[in-house]
Amino acid sequence: MNAPMVGQGQKQKVAVRDLKFFYGDTLALKSISLPLYDRKVTAFIGPSGCGKSTLLRVLNRMYDLYPKQRAEGEVLLDGENILAPGQDLNLLRAKVGMVFQKPTPFPMSIYDNIAFGIRLYEKVSRSELDGRVEAALTRAALWGEVKDKLNSSGLSLSGGQQQRLCIARTIAVEPEVMLLDEPASALDPISTSRIEELIDELKSDYTIAIVTHNMQQAARVSQYTAFMYLGELVEFDETSRIFTMPSDKRTQDYITGRFG
Amino acid sequence: MAISMSRYNARRRRNRFAVALCFAATGFGLIWLVLILATLLWNGLPGLTPALFTESTPPPGSEGGLLNAIAGSLILTVLGTVIGAPIGILAGTYMAEYGRFSRLSQVVRFVNDILLSAPSIVIGLFIYEILVAPLGHFSGWAGAVSLAVLVIPVVVRTTEDMLSMVPGQMREAAAALGLPRSIIVRSITYRAAKAGIVTGVLLAVARISGETAPLLFTALNNQFWSTNLNEPMASLPAVIFQFALSPYADWQQLAWTGALIITFAVLVLNIGARILVRSRNPQ
Repeated sequence: MNAPMVGQGQKQKVAVRDLKFFYGDTLALKSISLPLYDRKVTAFIGPSGCGKSTLLRVLNRMYDLYPKQRAEGEVLLDGENILAPGQDLNLLRAKVGMVFQKPTPFPMSIYDNIAFGIRLYEKVSRSELDGRVEAALTRAALWGEVKDKLNSSGLSLSGGQQQRLCIARTIAVEPEVMLLDEPASALDPISTSRIEELIDELKSDYTIAIVTHNMQQAARVSQYTAFMYLGELVEFDETSRIFTMPSDKRTQDYITGRFG
Repeated sequence: MAISMSRYNARRRRNRFAVALCFAATGFGLIWLVLILATLLWNGLPGLTPALFTESTPPPGSEGGLLNAIAGSLILTVLGTVIGAPIGILAGTYMAEYGRFSRLSQVVRFVNDILLSAPSIVIGLFIYEILVAPLGHFSGWAGAVSLAVLVIPVVVRTTEDMLSMVPGQMREAAAALGLPRSIIVRSITYRAAKAGIVTGVLLAVARISGETAPLLFTALNNQFWSTNLNEPMASLPAVIFQFALSPYADWQQLAWTGALIITFAVLVLNIGARILVRSRNPQ
């Protein structure tokens, strides 16, 4: 494993160390170690079932919602182990936001979809809240399309708009890390490219991890790429190297479409 | 590919036969419903007078209405729902949201299913044993509690089912924002399942508003106007039961009209519930 050499001198926002993950008795992640560099986009690629989504769901401890799922090892967020027993999950998830494959607007207005998370954590005046909602929607490149119908249901938007609403909702609570789980796989090409542009802009403020099945997408949006296979981290490197001269034959085979 | 016409025609015949059977079965079911409604209208409508809603049940041979029975039914039904529905909703919420994977939920679900199909007369006898016999008298409270016991399993079941239909992704998305479980339930999943839960409550109301057996052992009946819950209380089903079996023509007329009122009230509730469900689906 060459992880320690890659990106030397960069600040590690998240450091995964010797992470093992179990679904019941099944070992799904076999001793993963990798960094997420501050304000960079890291892509997790690999065939279905390789553990990339599982890895993502460890980073905000989403797996804790389900019994019989557990993680061993360390995941350091700014040096603090989030797998430690005393970790407050709600505070962790406010810091580590997540966007899912399927857009999931809440059953409420567009405005409330965004305002909801803000109100929970901060005491803000109405006008300040309006400003925050507008800022989040603007940031997610959705403001122009929804500014005249903030009171309509979030469910009335198109799929691509719904996904940007979900991104806006995540941004609104001002997390430090954003986890994107195949955020564009349910969207058409135009919506996909908007989301990709958005990811590119967001990396100036956020540390981003993205799971994707689309290798062109990984190549376009990320600076670092982790290739996973059967629960192992096969290779982690700068994206430009992974896609031009991978050091492992399995990576080479995968990115050239020979399996997966 | 050679098409065998004889096979094709045989299949078409079988298809027509099956479709005809389906129509016949549907028609058979509907006929009874129509006949019931027609009989009720035919026999009940003549007794539908203003006095019905302004006077209490009369002694045989004199003028009167069903005011005390209608009021009693409303009080008992509302009270039964107010007691039973919150318990049912809370239990259903526990099973769908908090204890989804717990053993307790499985046990409660099993017991609840038994309760759901328990004969209502058994519930009536049970309440008689704990609320009537020890206190020495029948009461409106006992009636309301026995109806509440009937409401609970219906509401538990629908609440759990409706909450379970809210996609897990919605909960994950809410949890991913750092929302605590209590807020996820109150602000997200309740909202998503609202129409379904309300429908469950309405169906429970429809069910208890026609129940007779549990009331006979608890609220009993009352010839006079009374809203005192510590006294026996009249209700439409109990009055219908008593009057329909009586030999007096005027009592029998009141029983028909009472049955008409109750049937249409239940019909309206059911249709209302259905409209609610439909208004939820197209999203």
